[in-house]
Order: sequence, then structure tokens, then C-alpha cells
Amino acid sequence: MPDVRIDAAPLADSFERLKERFPESILAVAFVKGELSVSIRREDILPVLRFLKHEAGFNALTDIIGIDNLKPVPAAAPVLPTGRTGETPAAPPAPAPQKRFSILYQLYRFPEACRIRIALDLEEGETVDSAVPVYRAADWAEREIFDMFGIAFAGHPDLRRIYMPDEFEGFPLRKDFPLEGRTGGV
Amino acid sequence: MASKAFREIDLNMGPQHPSTHGVLRLKVSIDNEVVLQVVPVLGYLHRGMEKLWESQTYHQIIPLTDRLDYLASLSNNFGYVLAVEKLAGIEVPKRAQYIRVILAELQRVASHLAAIGFMANDVGAMTVLLYGFEARETILDIFETYAGGRLTIHGMRLGGVPFDMDETVAGMIRKVLGTVPKTLTDIEGLLSDNRIWRHRTEGIGIISQSDALENGLTGPCLRAAGMAWDLRRDLPYSSYEDFDFDVPVRTSSDALDRYFVRMEEMRQSLRIVRQALDRLPAGEHIAKVPRVLRIPAGEIYHSIEAPKGELGFFIRSNGTDKPERVKMRSPSFINLQSLELMCKGNLFSDIVGILGSLDIVLGEIDK
Repeated sequence: MPDVRIDAAPLADSFERLKERFPESILAVAFVKGELSVSIRREDILPVLRFLKHEAGFNALTDIIGIDNLKPVPAAAPVLPTGRTGETPAAPPAPAPQKRFSILYQLYRFPEACRIRIALDLEEGETVDSAVPVYRAADWAEREIFDMFGIAFAGHPDLRRIYMPDEFEGFPLRKDFPLEGRTGGV
Repeated sequence: MASKAFREIDLNMGPQHPSTHGVLRLKVSIDNEVVLQVVPVLGYLHRGMEKLWESQTYHQIIPLTDRLDYLASLSNNFGYVLAVEKLAGIEVPKRAQYIRVILAELQRVASHLAAIGFMANDVGAMTVLLYGFEARETILDIFETYAGGRLTIHGMRLGGVPFDMDETVAGMIRKVLGTVPKTLTDIEGLLSDNRIWRHRTEGIGIISQSDALENGLTGPCLRAAGMAWDLRRDLPYSSYEDFDFDVPVRTSSDALDRYFVRMEEMRQSLRIVRQALDRLPAGEHIAKVPRVLRIPAGEIYHSIEAPKGELGFFIRSNGTDKPERVKMRSPSFINLQSLELMCKGNLFSDIVGILGSLDIVLGEIDK
């Protein structure tokens, strides 16, 4: 695990304790522009959240963010009318192997006013434990991710779509869902 | 006496109900007149903003944020541009920071005036809405003179604000600083000691402090539950540390206290506007930002204290001129989660009042 320097005292302290408590769970850590982001193993999310809430004082869950990491397939070089192919773009650097989805938990500690972001990655079809037993505020945020990305949260009390109609097929915020929708609608 | 099964009925409220502030549908279970369960049904205004943003450049997204909380569009602009500037490392000139604070605080006053007006209208006091809108109109006139828009204003740009603050606009603001407090006094005269108003709001829609925090409630509703949570003071952005202001807090956490917190917040906002206008630094009003802004791969979360609560933007960039993902933490969406707790055990007729005291905007909930 790379070493990071965290120049915010209360945050650095919390992170040290987190590292001590869950040495196996932490996969990566970054401190960029004053924001601490910690990647953890997917299966450890509930113990980590419980520790952060009850022992490290992060009493509020601000938001849960879903991300689809699918990279668009590079378009073939356009064929110009003369028959020549356009300039071939420089080969992109080989992408690091990355799982399909990421889920980020943005936590806040009041009144010290510091934030921490917990990240986990998962493949399509995998589930993640629901954070609702720890933070009630996770309820709708997880329903939104379920609706938009099709990620299931195990143990969520009421996991249904929140924006789209129940009979809708597909997950709009996935990168392979067309921006202008599909013909036929719902 | 009828059996329990016959007394419990389900009622549907909305989505076309005049008091649901847009297109919100509530599935309500009641026992006689007492509310047992409230299940909000969302999505009637869902436009897929977050999907759309992934195909727009960083500059093009700003006017789209106007369409979220359309009663406080400048606050949406503010939250978004600050997040992008933090991600891209853009320095905003001091003058621009002050002008933004002035605009955002005027917007807070306009938003709270509307909120209190609607809430009073919902419980049957229509005059307050008219008084509030009259004052709100003068603030919208300032925005119109400044940027040309009244509701969807598009009044901020990456790196600063589109126009400098000239004497005409400054004069209009000074005039409003004198007239709005009079309106506030009028509204207080109509409501604060009004027996009907107090009857409809006092002890109604109570949520405990721990429940409020646990459900992610922010903004005036959380401050009415006794927590002095204000990001302008706790995590200052855009030079808020330069201004003196108090964070009003009440402790009963009922609909009446949410009204009192908003009234006091408007006075504090006007105080901030006055200070910013008096000490407006000279200099540029916008930094030089390339038209094609490519931001190296990275991610950021930045949030501001919007009129309705914590408005946050998470942005992940990928080196192109378009973001890979923008996630908006809309205060109304998270706050609405607390509605059921607030309504349980109250009378059915109080739901509209509680909803009014929560101050939600569906444009922001449905994104």
C-alpha cells in the first residue's frame, strides 16, 4: 500500500486507526486536493463503515456515488471520401485492469468538518452489502444506484427503482446505454 | 366500533396536487385522520441530467444546472463551478468571489421568501405569499439587470462571473437591502404570533436530532433541530471566512422552528450582502479559462450551503473536455427521505404544511 501524507490532523489520525484496524482491507489510498480517498475490498464495506461511524466519529453519510468504468470502444479511423484513411490516433496507453463499476461513499464528520471517501469496485452481477443498517441516509442513494446502474445491494429494506418506472428495462447511467434512449421507450 | 381493517385506508396525493410543489406523488396510509405511512413516488420530472452532462463540455453544463433547483438557480451554478474550479485548479479573482457571494446570498433570500410564502399558503394564509413574492420580485429584477435572466439565470462562469458589478446593479442591491427587512417584519407580523399559524405549525412535523442526522437531513431543517451545521462557516468557500454572520439554530425541530430559522437566515444573508458590497475588492471579475477546458484525470467532491441544504457535486474527469461522471447530491432529494418520520402520527391535513416546511423543489429531486 502506498504511503500518503495527510496534512489534516484529525483526518490523519482517523486514517491511522482505520489502517491499524483493517490492514487487510485497504487496497489503495490517495490524498489529493485536501480530499482523502480510501479504496477497500468490497466485502469489508460494512465493518469499515461501522468503524468510521461509531469509533472514528463520521456521523453523517453525505452521499453514495455510482460510477460505470466502461471505456468506450475506440472508433475506427474514419474513411475519407478519397479512400485514404484518416490519421491513425496515437495508441492509447494500456488501461489498468479495472472492474466495471465503482461505488464511492462520501462521509462527513460534524462538527470537526472533515470528509473521507471510501471506494470499492465490483464487477457486473456482483452485489455489495447495503449501508442502510449503518447509515439510514443510504436508503434512497442506494435505490438510485440500483435504478441507474443495476447494482444490487444485499440487505436493503426496499430495493426498487426510484426514478424510472418499474417496468423499465436497462440502466440509464451505464455507459453502454444510449444517450437519447432507445426506440420504443418503456 | 368498526374493526381496525376498516379504519385504515390508503390515499393517493399527487402528482397533480396543488400543494406538492411540482410533480410529487405521495402514497399515504391513514387511520382515521392519523398518518401511518407516507411513501413518496418520484421520477415524474426525471430528465436524466447526469447522463446528459457526460456528453457536454464543462462550460456547457452550467446553464443546465439552472434547471435543477429552479428557485435557486444561482446556488446550483455556484456549487458546480466551485467543484470544477477545484478540480482544474483555477484561481478565482477576489472580486469575482465577492460578487458570487452577493448573488448567492440574494438567491438564498429569494428562495426562502418563496419557501415561507408557499408554506403559509399551504396552511391557508395566502397574504404571506403575495408579500413574499413582491419582495422576491425586486431581487429577481436585480438578477435580470445583472445577467438577463430571472429564474434560470446562468449567472456564473468557470473562473468567475460573466459581468462586473456596475453602479446600477449595486444601487439596486442597496435599495433591496433597505426594503426586504421591512417585508420580513411584515411577514413576521402576519405569522409569528398568529394563533392559527402557530396551531398549524407548533409541534407539527417533529423529527429528533439524531433521526435528522441519521437520515441525512441538512440545511435550515437540520438547524431547526438544534445543530449548528453550516458549510459556509465550517468549510468556508469563496471567501465566506471574510464575513461576519451568525448561524441561527432552534431546538424544537417542528415546522414553526423551520420558519423561524429561515426568517433569521434571510437577515443574516442580507448582512453578508451588505458587507460584501461595502468591501468589494477591485480587480478582474473573471479569470482566464480556456474555452476548451481539458481537465486531467482526477476526482473531486465539493459542496456548498445552498438554501435547501448541502448541495454537492462529485466530478470525475478523464483528460478530455467533458466529464466522465458528474453526480449531484441534491439537498431536496436527501431531505425528502425524512418526510415519513416527520409525518407519522400527525394528522393527514398537516402533511402539506410539513412538506412546505421541508422546502423541496422537484426539479432538483428528479434531476
